[in-house]
Formats: sequence, structure tokens, C-alpha cells
Amino acid sequence: MSESVYGLIAKFDSPEAVVEATRSAREAGYRRMEAYTPFPIEELAEILEFKPKIQYLVFLGGLIGAIGGFGLQYYASVISYPLIIGGRPFNSWPAFIIIVFEMTILVAGIVAVFGMLGLSGFPMPYHSVFNAKDFRLVSRDKFFLVIESRDPRFDAQRTRAFLESLNPEEVTEVQP
Amino acid sequence: MSATTDPAEVPVLGPGQTYATVTDRVTGVILTKKTPKGWLLGFGIAFLFMMLMLFSLTVLFAKGTGIWGLNNTVAWGFAIVNFVWWVGIGHAGTLISAILLLFRQEWRNSINRFAEAMTIFAVANAGLFPIIHTGRPWLAYWLLPYPSLLQLWPQFRSPLLWDVFAISTYVTISLLFWYMGLIPDFATLHDMAYNKAVRRIYGVFALGWRGASRHWAQYNRAALLLAALATPLVVSVHSVVSFDFAVSSVPGWHTTFLPPYFVSGAIFSGFAMVMTLAIPIRKFYHMEDFITDRHLENMAKVMLATGLIVFYAYIMEVFFAWYSGNQYEKFMIYNRMTGPYAPYYWALIFFNGIMPQLLWFKKVRRNIPLLFVISLGVNVGMWLERFIIVVTSLHREYLPSTWAYYAGTFWDWSLYIGTIGFFVALLFLFLRVLPMINMFEMKELVHHLSHRGKEH
Repeated sequence: MSESVYGLIAKFDSPEAVVEATRSAREAGYRRMEAYTPFPIEELAEILEFKPKIQYLVFLGGLIGAIGGFGLQYYASVISYPLIIGGRPFNSWPAFIIIVFEMTILVAGIVAVFGMLGLSGFPMPYHSVFNAKDFRLVSRDKFFLVIESRDPRFDAQRTRAFLESLNPEEVTEVQP
Repeated sequence: MSATTDPAEVPVLGPGQTYATVTDRVTGVILTKKTPKGWLLGFGIAFLFMMLMLFSLTVLFAKGTGIWGLNNTVAWGFAIVNFVWWVGIGHAGTLISAILLLFRQEWRNSINRFAEAMTIFAVANAGLFPIIHTGRPWLAYWLLPYPSLLQLWPQFRSPLLWDVFAISTYVTISLLFWYMGLIPDFATLHDMAYNKAVRRIYGVFALGWRGASRHWAQYNRAALLLAALATPLVVSVHSVVSFDFAVSSVPGWHTTFLPPYFVSGAIFSGFAMVMTLAIPIRKFYHMEDFITDRHLENMAKVMLATGLIVFYAYIMEVFFAWYSGNQYEKFMIYNRMTGPYAPYYWALIFFNGIMPQLLWFKKVRRNIPLLFVISLGVNVGMWLERFIIVVTSLHREYLPSTWAYYAGTFWDWSLYIGTIGFFVALLFLFLRVLPMINMFEMKELVHHLSHRGKEH
């Protein structure tokens, strides 16, 4: 049976309850699980030992923007079409700083948004958890904890009993 | 609310709000078949003015910039004034969403969404003006660096090109920031909607957001980084706009304090516009629990602070003109104060310098109609300020033989008023189809406030 379901989902009424439940599940040895909440709760990611990686990508994006911005201006003003304007040197870098700055922000910002979406696997129109009962309330006022059947410690009966012990409003199966 | 109450005691959120009520109140405005009559009326009027804008643009494209009041001496007129005015208004949205996020100012949560919307609509208007001001807008793509058959590149040493980069970066980042904030709320709208088509549309924009804690962590980190990037960006944008003036050698433009002067003026006018919009919107949609008197008071304080910087700049402008010993600079100020545009100058001093001084008093900051009047006054004053900067400096420059008088024609005014209609029409559409208040941040606020309650 454990192969045919995606996992078990427990519904909670408050952020405190879901945080407690997640902590207990972690201590009980479960690893393949995820908490779903209507708004960000920092403790949850800490309990799940998840560290966001987006900052490295953003830094890289900013670097590419800066180098690209300067490269563009250098290429246009020095290599492609050198033209003396106002007696300035071809590579009049102080005048190039502003565009370098803007390009840094532009590329880093684009990477921040699309990188964040990409790292989280979006767009993802279908996900098993959407099959869970009442899951549409996750974006309103309910808090959910899912333990996946892929977890090595998962057992339909024992995991259900464990989740029931965490004082949820309801525990149901999630179809894949 | 008595005038002696400590501002900290006025909540940033009305009493009795829960996660569910926040969701239901905000989505209730959108997910309903009933469009309020007032909405239809307001949108209808704004739409008419939007048509006026399109009509003015059509006439402009057919006949050229000759229909404007520009002449050889005053080659920068309404188009540049309106450009600077609209960009400035946009700045408050980014300031509220980025800078106040970095400073962890929780009161921003309920006003950031529509302030960001306001930013995007204002910058859309701002972007229009330089393009049509080129005279041949169908060649606007020449502004972008691309390997063209003409073999020429744009002039990278010119502030006008810096502007192209600054404004396009600003539009892109503001739009991304706005959309990113909307993703979890799109998911809420998708989940709350019962109409299949509506569900699907919001679902597409939600990208499948499901509120997983790992996604939230990634999301929050990205939002923080984006805020950290947008903060210097917003300061740079109006600085670059001011370089359009400061880098030239025209008296009244050629000063080093123009960038901070422009940036604070932008925030000043932006907050005035947020206030002008927030007061009627919260009344019409009964959102007083979310946009409380505390919000208006805080915005009034920001207006007062930035207004003082702007007023200081007006005074310094006069001082520098005198202290420079330069006869052209001295004449410029003399001409502003006593020349043909003197009424405009004194009106701007009154609206931007004198009237905001009322905000020192708590009674005034708590008086909603008066706040509305002051914010409207600042909107007018900031437009006049840009008009004074652009026009009075140009119309009597170095050589008296080139002196001329400038005034907007019918088409100048119709286009300007038309863009206001466009702006308001977009805002009405926004209020009807998108959540005007950031729901997930409001729920976070409910959560934080409940914790704070327990500690005491």
C-alpha cells in the first residue's frame, strides 16, 4: 500500500502546531517530508535543515552583468567604432561606471527572481500534494505536514499513528 | 482617537483580524461578480482621459512635435517635466517595498502592493515621454546598443543614455519584484476561486506555488536580495535623471547637489501620491483595518522629512547662486523669483516648502482630509518644481538674444492630463483583478503580532 500513495498529510490549525509537529517528525527520524504554510515560517526550513542557495547565483549574475556591461561599452567605444568625443580617451571608464552599475543590478535581479523559481522547480502545474483533502486551504489559514511514502521509515500504519499523536485536525492519504 | 495618544499605541492592523479574515477580505474584493458602481464610474472617467492620451498621441505622431509649445530656446518642455515627475512618483513604491523591507518596518506590509503597482504604472508613463520627445518614436530602438548596419553605437558617455539604462533596469526590476510578491497571492486566488476559468487564469500566474517551507525559505532569501539590489537602484535612477541636467552647463542645472535633491524630491512626491491614492481607496473598500491611521501618520512623517530636505535644497540653490559670484547663476535665481514664471516658483515654495510644515503637528497628521489636501498640494508642487527647473533655466540662458517665452499648448496639457487618466485607469483595473494588499505578508504580520501579545 505504501507504494500506491504519495504520503500522509496532517492538517494543523496554527503555525505553532505545525512547527512542533515538524520538529517531532524530524526527531522521530523522518527525512522525506515537507511542511506547507500560508506564509513563510523561518523555523520550518531550519528544522528541515534546508539552506537557500540563491545568493550564489545572484552574485554570479551580478558579476556577469558588471563584466558584460563594461565589455559592451569597451567593445563599442574602443574596438568596434573608436570615435574621439570631447577629447576623451576611447576607454573613458569613469563615464562607463553608471551603465556597469545598472547592468549589475539588472542581471542580478533577473537571476534572483528566475533563479529562485528555477531552484524550487517552478513552474510546476501539477504536484501530488494538490490531491490532498482540503489542501486549497493551505493558502488561506491551514498548515500541513506531509511525510512522503518514499521515506525509509514510512509505514502506512505507524506513520499514521505517529501523525495522529501530534494533535492534528485530520490525517489523510495523499494520492500520487 | 484622541490627539494625545502615543503613535505606537495605534495598531498597524485593526483588531480581530485572523489569517482567514485577511484572506477573505482581500480576495472578496476580486472574486466577486459584483463590480461596485463607484468602480465603474471611476474607471469610466479615467478611461475617457486615457482616450484623450491616445488621441493626443495620434495627433502628435501625425503632425510631429510642432504641436507642442517648444521653441528653439526651450527645447525641453512638458515632455521632460512630465518624465521627471512620473519617475519621481514611482520611487515611493520601491522605497516602501525595498528599503522599508530591509529596515524591517512591518507597517509597510499593507501598503507595499499598491505602492508597487503605482510605481509600475507611473514608470510606464515616464518611459513614454522621452520616447515621444525624440520626435521620431518609431526609431526609439536606436537608443539601445545593438550591432546595427549603421555601424554606430549609442554615446555611452552621455547621461541621456545612462537614463535609458537606468529607467529600463528600473522598470524590469520593479515588475519582477511586483510579480514575485504576487506569486503566493496568485496561489491564494487560485485556491479561493470557484469559477473554473478564473481559477485557471490565477493558477497559471501562480506557477504551481504550494507554500512549501523550502520554497518559502528560497523565496524569502531572494526577496531580501532583490530588496538589497533595488535600494541602490532607486537612488541611482533619480540621480541619473538629475545628471541629465547637472552634467550640462546651463545655469541652474549645473550643480553638484542635484542628485540628492532629486532623489529626496522623488521620494517626497512618491509618498504624496501614495497618500493621495491610499486615502480614497481605503475609504471606498473599507480597508481601514489594514491601512490604519498609523500608516498615514508614518507616511506623513516620511513626507515631512523628505520635504525638509527638498526645502533645504531650494534654499541652498539660492545661496549657491549668490555665493558662486557667477552673474548667470545669480540672474537665474533672480529671474525665477521675479521673472515671468515667478508665480509658479512661489507656488512651488508654498506647496513643497511651507504647507508640509503643518505635518510637524500630530493633530494634522491625524486629520485625514487635511492630509489629503497636503498630499495633493505636494503633487502639484513637485510638478511645478520640475517645470521651474526645466523651463526657467532654459528660457533665459546666457545670450539675451536667444531669450524666449515658453508655455504648454492644448496638446501639451491634453497629453499630460491623459497620462494621469491612463495611470488611474490602470490602478482601477489593478484594484479589480489583483489583491491590493499583500496577503501572505499580512498573515505574517498577524502571526508576529499574536506572538508579541503573548510575550507581554
